[in-house]
Amino acid sequence: MSVSSEEKVEAPGGHPPHTAPAVAKTSWWKDEAQEPMRRNLGLVGVLLALFAIGAFIRPDLYSNPDWVINNIMVILTQAAAIGVVTVGMTFVIIGGGIDLSVGALIALSGVWATTLATQSFGPVGMIFTAVAVGVGAGLVNGVLIAYGKLVPFIATLAMLVAARGLAAQISGKQTQISADQFINSLATTRIVGIPLLVIILLAVAGLGWVLLNRTTFGRRTVAIGGNAEAARLAGINVRGHTMLLYALSGLCCGIAAIMLTSLATSSQAAAAELYELDAIAAAIIGGTLLSGGRGTIIGSLFGVIVFSAITNLFAIANLPTEVQNMVKGAIIVVAVLLQQVRFSSVTQFARRHGLTRAKPQT
Amino acid sequence: MSEQAADTGEVVLRLSGVVKTFPGVRALDGVELEVRAGEVHCLLGQNGAGKSTLIKVLAGVHRPDAGDVQWLGERVEFSGPQAAMKAGIATIYQELDLVDYLSVAENIYLGHEPRSLGFVHKGQAARQAGELLGRLGHGEIPAQRLVKSLPAAGKQIVSMARALSHSAKLIIMDEPSAVLAHDEVGNLFRIIRELTAQGIAVVYISHRLEEIREIGDRVTVLKDGRTSAVNLPARSTPTRDLVSRMTGRSIEYVFPPRPDTAPGETLLEVRGLGRSGEFTGVDVDVRAGEIVGIAGLVGSGRSELLETIFGARQAEAGTVVMNGKALPPGSVAAAVRAGIGMAPEERKSQALLLGQPIYRNMTLTNFSSYASAGFTNAGKEQAAAMRVADQLELRPRDVNRAVRTLSGGNQQKVVVGRWLLGDTRLLILDEPTRGVDVGARAELYQVIRDLAANGVGVLLVSSEVPEVLGLADRVLVMREGRVVREAPAAEINEEDVLDLVMAGSLTAATTEEVAA
Ligand SMILES: Nc1ncnc2c1ncn2[C@@H]1O[C@H](COP(=O)(O)OP(=O)(O)OP(=O)(O)O)[C@@H](O)[C@H]1O
Ligand SMILES: [Mg+2]
Repeated sequence: MSVSSEEKVEAPGGHPPHTAPAVAKTSWWKDEAQEPMRRNLGLVGVLLALFAIGAFIRPDLYSNPDWVINNIMVILTQAAAIGVVTVGMTFVIIGGGIDLSVGALIALSGVWATTLATQSFGPVGMIFTAVAVGVGAGLVNGVLIAYGKLVPFIATLAMLVAARGLAAQISGKQTQISADQFINSLATTRIVGIPLLVIILLAVAGLGWVLLNRTTFGRRTVAIGGNAEAARLAGINVRGHTMLLYALSGLCCGIAAIMLTSLATSSQAAAAELYELDAIAAAIIGGTLLSGGRGTIIGSLFGVIVFSAITNLFAIANLPTEVQNMVKGAIIVVAVLLQQVRFSSVTQFARRHGLTRAKPQT
Repeated sequence: MSEQAADTGEVVLRLSGVVKTFPGVRALDGVELEVRAGEVHCLLGQNGAGKSTLIKVLAGVHRPDAGDVQWLGERVEFSGPQAAMKAGIATIYQELDLVDYLSVAENIYLGHEPRSLGFVHKGQAARQAGELLGRLGHGEIPAQRLVKSLPAAGKQIVSMARALSHSAKLIIMDEPSAVLAHDEVGNLFRIIRELTAQGIAVVYISHRLEEIREIGDRVTVLKDGRTSAVNLPARSTPTRDLVSRMTGRSIEYVFPPRPDTAPGETLLEVRGLGRSGEFTGVDVDVRAGEIVGIAGLVGSGRSELLETIFGARQAEAGTVVMNGKALPPGSVAAAVRAGIGMAPEERKSQALLLGQPIYRNMTLTNFSSYASAGFTNAGKEQAAAMRVADQLELRPRDVNRAVRTLSGGNQQKVVVGRWLLGDTRLLILDEPTRGVDVGARAELYQVIRDLAANGVGVLLVSSEVPEVLGLADRVLVMREGRVVREAPAAEINEEDVLDLVMAGSLTAATTEEVAA
């Protein structure tokens, strides 16, 4: 994307290929590492553009700094639950899988955590239940995929249907009100002006980043998604790890279920509908490769925030959700197109660049 | 084609001053090449010299940054591989480029299926594919079979059939013999001679000098992206000259001497190992400090045997005992824990994370051992990988690069290098020198011998019989899934081995003796 930085990176490459390793060090791999950075910058650009559009439509609101800060908190709060789910989803996709059941698992966890029986155990009981249900169902996904050799798409699709069914069964298709003050207060609590839900999102994302980039767990995830056979022949327990990835996604669903319950002070079997699509889309526009082996937590986080900001903008502009969905669709397409253009554009650029330098040099 | 044949010797392809840069690397830096109709033109050069890049420029995969490509007397710039094929240039790439889930016939005719009105003639495609395979001496490969289920050598044959299906004027072959066994190479050469007799030009890349002597007409040598010699006579140029033009120094192409000391205690004990349709009743022992070589044709069950010992395939009969402990069948993790490492046959699909940096590929088996409390330590990993890179002359010596950007031979060094880290007690090597250049090969032999001197046991498979005989202490010869001979390497010679692995039945052996 940024032409000038490419040029700077490329400049030392004029040496013949066999010279000092230091030459190569400045270029290619770093270039790859900077690639997600550049994409994130692109998403920041999108956010700024959305802000500018908003300011153009409603100058009255956007000229008020208090309103703007509050609105940013609204956007982030809306992004919180789906953001937590997207972190789990990013792990699953990088590991070469997909999890279509996240929305259903949130509904199931939320409903299970708000039955009268569970509520009688207090907030700790509710949180424990939501997380346990999420992890348990995620493990079922994982076992089916890793040991039952089911295709992830099918296994988690089946889980989607089954978990929604079970949630409806448990709740009797009723909205279950949460009577627990502690749970309900989570959504309204602010710490130094930042909503608690946003802090939870940032904490989960931060832990996810460390897990992915700094631990052996993350390394295994990337290896398995990059080449499962190579990982297996290197002695990595591919099946066991795959199972854990789905459990991790389930864990994120359990956390998100509590967040949503707190926001709505209730739960129902139809909660978090189509979250799976939003989470997958957010991961993809954040630069996670759908075929596995590459992706970043920060990119996914930006993806979620972009979607949330669009929803927010449409609400402010009073536009119908149909238009909103069309714009979302367009953004997904553009993001995926950008991913495909990437490689050829880099080499093309290098070629043009090489051409211009070749003459003075030789 | 016929007019070409009449004018054998006419220049069909001329390159001058071709430059190709990748970010950070000048892969080609002013290359000259001249190819005549009906000749076999060989390209020589070390790993990373730019051979594959050059042929990708010819094949329309890469566009040159500068320089001139003249094809049949006209300056051309191919817009893509399809354009080059249309113009009459067919290519067999070093890294196989077949579609796993299509059939053999579909792969051969991919992109130019026999068809009318948009409908593919499946029957015709299959029949023609069968004929091509027959011409290649492999009529037994079923045209309807999925390519995924073929062994590496079978895939190479399919690649070759695909190139032949294009009725091209120039066929480029990038290390076609790397995955082929001895008799298959003979087959390949027969085909090449048929092609050149029809006036078709062949560009042939190989690291095996003896092949170039046998099949080549002229040689062009690349060094660090530049042409260091053009149009040398392939048969008469002394090896010393070729090697020094490739490497800038002279390399004695020898195997390290065998030590006098007897090998230590038995590390690996394989008894009665079998898998139906692959191999039966195999017994193998490997002792500490010993190099055991397995010779045999592709399809003799060599690779399958290695993978089964390693647990990558589930044994159906027999036992694998490592260090006195029986290994559970079908568990790679258990084998690795017991100290076994394996460099598999197909580097791209079985061993490498192409998008990941070199150091992460090297530490793929033991990154946890550099980690503390589950946190990885990139610095330590890079330092360790750097040591191996030095040892194996990896080029470029930068462990932060993505493996994808390495040349074929250098990728192979990464696969083998992985097991030089960590404490492997038994190393299983399947075609360890595939695609590795003369200089680095000698280096690799020394590294393997040094490992053995340090008490590591090595079990090695190679299609190159001299390599097995030169490197190993003890040799097993396999045929059709059975071990037919076991002997100290010093007591068996190349002809014995070839006799044993070939059709090898008593009658064949006796007729040969009569003939001799
Ligand atoms: N896509 C790429 N991006 C960056 N560098 C590349 C790329 N492809 C090749 N290179 C670099 O170009 C140089 C030449 O590579 P090339 O594959 O042509 O070597 P080669 O002569 O075929 O070697 P080998 O005998 O090992 O196959 C190497 O330094 C390699 O690392
Ligand atoms: Mg090559």
